[in-house]
Amino acid sequence: MAKILMKGNEAIGEAAIKAGCLHFFGYPITPQNELPEYLSKRLPQVGGKYIQTESEVATSNMIFGAAGVGVRVMTSSSSPGISLMSEGLSYLAGAELPAVIVNMMRAGPGLAGILPAQSDYAHATRGTAHGDFELIVLAPSSVQEAVDLTILSFELAEKYRNPVMLLGDGMIGQMMEPVEFPDVEVGPPMKAADWALTGCKGREPRLVSSLFLDPVELNEKNHERFARYKVIKDNEARHELYNCDEPYDVLITAFGVMSRVCKSAIQELKGQGINVGMFRPITVKPFPSEQCSAAIFKSKRVLDVEMNMGQMLVDIQLAANGKREVDFMGKCGGLTPSIEDVIESVHSTLAKIKGGVA
Amino acid sequence: MKTTDVLFAGFGGHGMLMAGKLLAMAMIKQGRQVSWLPAYGAEMRGGTANVTVCISDGDVMSPYIERPNSLVVMNTPSLHKFGPKVKTGGLVLVNSTLVRESFERDDCHVLYLPAGDIAMGLGNVKATNLVLLGAFIGLSKIVTKEDMIEVIQESFTSKSKFIPLNVSAFAAGYEEGTKLRLENDVELELEDEERDSTYAYSNG
Repeated sequence: MAKILMKGNEAIGEAAIKAGCLHFFGYPITPQNELPEYLSKRLPQVGGKYIQTESEVATSNMIFGAAGVGVRVMTSSSSPGISLMSEGLSYLAGAELPAVIVNMMRAGPGLAGILPAQSDYAHATRGTAHGDFELIVLAPSSVQEAVDLTILSFELAEKYRNPVMLLGDGMIGQMMEPVEFPDVEVGPPMKAADWALTGCKGREPRLVSSLFLDPVELNEKNHERFARYKVIKDNEARHELYNCDEPYDVLITAFGVMSRVCKSAIQELKGQGINVGMFRPITVKPFPSEQCSAAIFKSKRVLDVEMNMGQMLVDIQLAANGKREVDFMGKCGGLTPSIEDVIESVHSTLAKIKGGVA
Repeated sequence: MKTTDVLFAGFGGHGMLMAGKLLAMAMIKQGRQVSWLPAYGAEMRGGTANVTVCISDGDVMSPYIERPNSLVVMNTPSLHKFGPKVKTGGLVLVNSTLVRESFERDDCHVLYLPAGDIAMGLGNVKATNLVLLGAFIGLSKIVTKEDMIEVIQESFTSKSKFIPLNVSAFAAGYEEGTKLRLENDVELELEDEERDSTYAYSNG
């Protein structure tokens, strides 16, 4: 199939349909509006359901209902809207329901700005909502990868019965790049699962709930859930190493579209005779910490680059485990560190290595 | 790996995003990789509207370019904002119908074309974007005239009555661009990404 030029937002919508998702609920917010706009047109064409909700709180509860009766379901929003969904996301995790949530991040905090940012890494990977749970969080760096990871999101959500977040930014959403849609082998309908509420005529009734008043039962539930998270970390953590084959003094860490700016910088630095490696987590939750550590320990010093105030920095420092210094360079508010900014920061990190600065 | 990038800039409604999209589509047809990154938001409210098109023989690395190789500029505010950022040795193509001043950069090719007047001569000033796109392609020869016309015809199928105007605006721009290329001795090539301080354009 020939490649077609598509905006990230629209491509994610089409990828969801390819993955067998025929239900979408959402409330408008920039910079993800092209996604619901696209699905409002496409879903009725393929026998699906599109509903523009009255609020993000309603959205998250509609997802809960749809997933509970065993249909593949997705929503998308941007930073403040995701905050409003937080309670519902915790309920989804508590009731072990698969669903896919797209967050096209914008600048924060508060209502802040509508320009691209990576302002919700911490919210997505650590402080999403109340209770003992984690999301699976995938961070695409191109429109094609957004398509591939959308399809993967549905697979992982169902396989591990946990909500999955696709963490993009305004740039991924609004940018057009050539894409092709793989043929997806959609698994059996979720309705066939042994937990889905499909009407109990002729069988034992089932219950989908996140309410567990028995402390022993809830304790066991959460231990089981975190055992599952361990399996996810062992089997599903994904990352990319860039330019790491030749020896490097500086390792750049970056995720999402920021990693591509860093790749351009690395190419220019090559021309200056400086070899710099890069580590990019594709699953930012679970974070591929062992793989990150291995890349870090080949370097003398690390430079973390993000479109925020340093949110992934914590994961990088944990992976460095006190054995390497980690410098940070970031811009936020809708600004993106440029190729020139990254090159300058690499030089400053190199100077610290030379000067023996801790 | 060969790469280059172009920034199309104007006001919202000038059609610079469309010009960039047509170029991107033509590049895909040639089997090249592209990214089309618009600047939106605050800039849509009365400011400049622009799009960066990155073109590469391999994967496009950064779609976000602060210092473009080429700038195709519709109006004065966009020239003031982006003109100084063009890389040394780069190209600045100016719509002199709207920009009534000269732009001082000794280290770039600064070329002027009354694209608005040309479009008006063809019957509609709204086709100025296609004149500028034509001129850029006439200058760069990054895609053949015939291939680009095919892309224009394909993208306007739902509004087919606009095809003749857009094709003729593109063709007129292409001829002007070809002339400018010869007059100014401009040799435009994709740059080699791995060379430092690379310049997409050099005097031939």
